[in-house]
Amino acid sequence: MAIDAATVRKVARLARIAEPEDRLEPLAKELSGILNWIEQLNEVDTNGVEPMTTSVATTLPMRDDVVTDGGDPAKVLANAPKSAKDFFVVPKVVE
Amino acid sequence: MNDVANTKLIQGRTGPWEIVLGLEVHAQVASNAKLFSGAAVGFGAGPNAQVSLVDAAMPGMLPVINRHCVEQAIKTGLGLKAQINERSRFDRKNYFYPDLPQGYQISQFKDPIVGEGEVIVERDDGSTFTVRIERLHLEQDAGKSLHDQDPNFTYVDLNRAGTALMEIVSRPDMRSSEEAAAYVKKLRTILIYLGTCDGDMEKGNLRADVNVSVCRPGAYEKYRATGDFGHLGTRCEIKNVNSFRFMQQAIEYEARRQIEIIEDGGKVDQETRLFDPNKVETRSMRSKEEAHDYRYFPDPDLLPLELDPAWIKQIEAGLPELPDAKKARLQSQYGLSSYDAGVLIAEQAKADFYEAAAKGRDAKLVANWVTNDLAAKLSAGGIDIADSPIKPSAIAELVQLIEEGVISSKIAKDVFERMWAGEGAAGEIVEKQGLKQVSDTGALEKIIDDLIAANPGQASAVKEKPQAIGWFVGQVMKATGGKANPGAVNQLLKAKLGL
Repeated sequence: MAIDAATVRKVARLARIAEPEDRLEPLAKELSGILNWIEQLNEVDTNGVEPMTTSVATTLPMRDDVVTDGGDPAKVLANAPKSAKDFFVVPKVVE
Repeated sequence: MNDVANTKLIQGRTGPWEIVLGLEVHAQVASNAKLFSGAAVGFGAGPNAQVSLVDAAMPGMLPVINRHCVEQAIKTGLGLKAQINERSRFDRKNYFYPDLPQGYQISQFKDPIVGEGEVIVERDDGSTFTVRIERLHLEQDAGKSLHDQDPNFTYVDLNRAGTALMEIVSRPDMRSSEEAAAYVKKLRTILIYLGTCDGDMEKGNLRADVNVSVCRPGAYEKYRATGDFGHLGTRCEIKNVNSFRFMQQAIEYEARRQIEIIEDGGKVDQETRLFDPNKVETRSMRSKEEAHDYRYFPDPDLLPLELDPAWIKQIEAGLPELPDAKKARLQSQYGLSSYDAGVLIAEQAKADFYEAAAKGRDAKLVANWVTNDLAAKLSAGGIDIADSPIKPSAIAELVQLIEEGVISSKIAKDVFERMWAGEGAAGEIVEKQGLKQVSDTGALEKIIDDLIAANPGQASAVKEKPQAIGWFVGQVMKATGGKANPGAVNQLLKAKLGL
């Protein structure tokens, strides 16, 4: 499967990764290489085999519906570049 | 009659059009803690006071699912007569917004917990239609952005981030804004009965996105027959319709907008649009990203959700009586009309109140008092029926007095007013105010004899014109202050006047 520069530009934008124009072609080549390598796995016949979701034979652990956390805005905001009145403060978002 | 939705034609310049509506309802799961963290769920706490480091997406934090939220989703699925999937899983829906600290929402894309179901919806005229449910899945809510705190900055509160939501997706089975509103009302009633969502739309605990498209008459029937969406028009998703009134306004505006585009030779773009309640219009939010642009993939932090069939059975066994079943039972057990039963079951507490009051009493009469007089007083005072100052037993006592002929229905209205004013129980008020109906023939006979003696002219005229008896009835009522038993008065008058 070949990836072109336009696809790389689109994927980079969706992931909010700034890639300069001159990096798009080389990246397209690298990504195509990775995909081609992964695609070799398609040669294995997996008919009737359940997809493996974990290497550990266990089920999804669940918790009870009790409040055990929260109540500490200062801790939550400790790493925020900017905060005020217990809010995170970010550059204006306009929708 | 139970059929597919009724449509309403909209007249365009080039001919008639029909509306096709599908709804995505986000219902906040009633729970103490969030879907994947131990932080509290609630409304009105200080900013970021209900946030765990999981909700804030600090590195290394792992989600652990809340068993109760899973149970609530199963319960809701069962209430919608839907398929419960014993194996479902969580996916990441990737997008960027400041109130989504993870950079993705944990949702269920490929394998939702609940599959196909249905909701039977009543129209105002009493007829019904069926809305097919496509799926219900569990997902996280986002935080809240405040844009009006500062001209240059957006303030973010993550209290809501990570709260469990059930997204309930319908098929495009509604054909008018009235039907869409009726569907949301019915869904809300079912959720409240189940106790899985409080249905509070003002607090945003129940929100709907509406998918609107238009088509020519006949096209919808082709879609229903073949399942091919190609027969339907391109749809737009309208967000921010958080009241029934806004929903109706948004749908009507949007249908008109689409018809105008098509009639002008244009093409409707599939997009997400925001309803502006001030301008009563919808406007484009962002070109709706193609589904794969969210780059969904299975969340590697969460194993598949596998449900023990025994647990599902146990939840099913504990389901409360749901609105449709309650309505049918009220009609058969108490002989109520479909309308009265419908009014009573609209609120679980109202039906409970009714049943407590109706025990052993004239069921229809109790229904009238509960749905008319009491309901009017409660709504005027903005009081929930559960907090009614007049208790079910007090209504039962009032109705018993009417049934036993102690007071007339007319006097009962006066007694009810006094009960509402807090003057005591019906029996006490009747006693204290001397409102007992006079059925004592001796007392009535005396009044009638005096009346005939004083009005010999009227008495002889009534023999020619029997309907003139009404005048005598009126006079007896006047003499007794309205307390005379009308049946007894009529009987005595007829005998005395020789009719």
